[in-house]
Amino acid sequence: MGVAPVEVEQPMTEEGAALDAPWVTVVWNDPVNLMRYVTYVFQRVFGYPKAKAEKLMLDVHHKGKAVVSSGTREAMERDAETLHGYGLWATVSHDS
Amino acid sequence: MSWGSHKADDDGDQNIEVAASFRSAPGGAAAYFEQAQAGVIRSLVSQIAELVSADAEAAEGQSGELEAQLGLSSHAELPDDPVLARLLPDGYSEDPEASAEFRRYTEETLRSGKVASAQTVLASLPPGGGEVRLSEPECQQWLRSLNDVRLALSVRLGITDENEDLTERMSADDPRAAYIWVYQWLAYLQDSLIEALS
Repeated sequence: MGVAPVEVEQPMTEEGAALDAPWVTVVWNDPVNLMRYVTYVFQRVFGYPKAKAEKLMLDVHHKGKAVVSSGTREAMERDAETLHGYGLWATVSHDS
Repeated sequence: MSWGSHKADDDGDQNIEVAASFRSAPGGAAAYFEQAQAGVIRSLVSQIAELVSADAEAAEGQSGELEAQLGLSSHAELPDDPVLARLLPDGYSEDPEASAEFRRYTEETLRSGKVASAQTVLASLPPGGGEVRLSEPECQQWLRSLNDVRLALSVRLGITDENEDLTERMSADDPRAAYIWVYQWLAYLQDSLIEALS
């Protein structure tokens, strides 16, 4: 399943690619969380503008999941923990 | 994801006559709750708090004191209770070891956060109902708590498809049938709270 990274800036050096490949936080679709709520949470947790938050929400809704943030593993675990606090189903994975 | 239910107009003889909803108010949001509405919310929110904390206490007995002090959970596995599993999900989808480690470091905080949200709702919603005025931080706690209740109800109601008409699947004498309307009302209430904050 292909996940489109969201604004992932990756160094272009080949030898560094594996080490610098970012970790990502993925949010999965579910039938319960309200679309307006998910958008609101993305704005609040990540400080994303409403348009970006809405686009991510729609990606989750239509594609089943979406990458909502990327960075170090520690940062992604914090993001997933925060999203769990809001009741969103988020997981951490290594972008490849 | 769900669009949220709009004000149900086909609720006929439901004992909750008017679907309470939030409106903007200085510094936060406000809503008026009938006694029956307050009772339903308080009961469901208390059940979540109990579920999340009772299980945590049971776990505490198993883990060492040091772990408790550090806020570490002895839990490594997804909870057996499907409601708890939804409220405390795995942090990795394909890596059980990483998931277990994630859970050890985050589950206690997640549980206590859910209990705190529930307590905020219980503290701000009088059992007899009435006008409720919430500060912005209280609104955040209400949003999370209402969401936890909806997640729990969705598991108990077996909701897997956001477009399914639950009233068609469930027979009228199913004891869960009354909660379909509650589930939809809480979606409407939660939606109104987000709108009030925007």
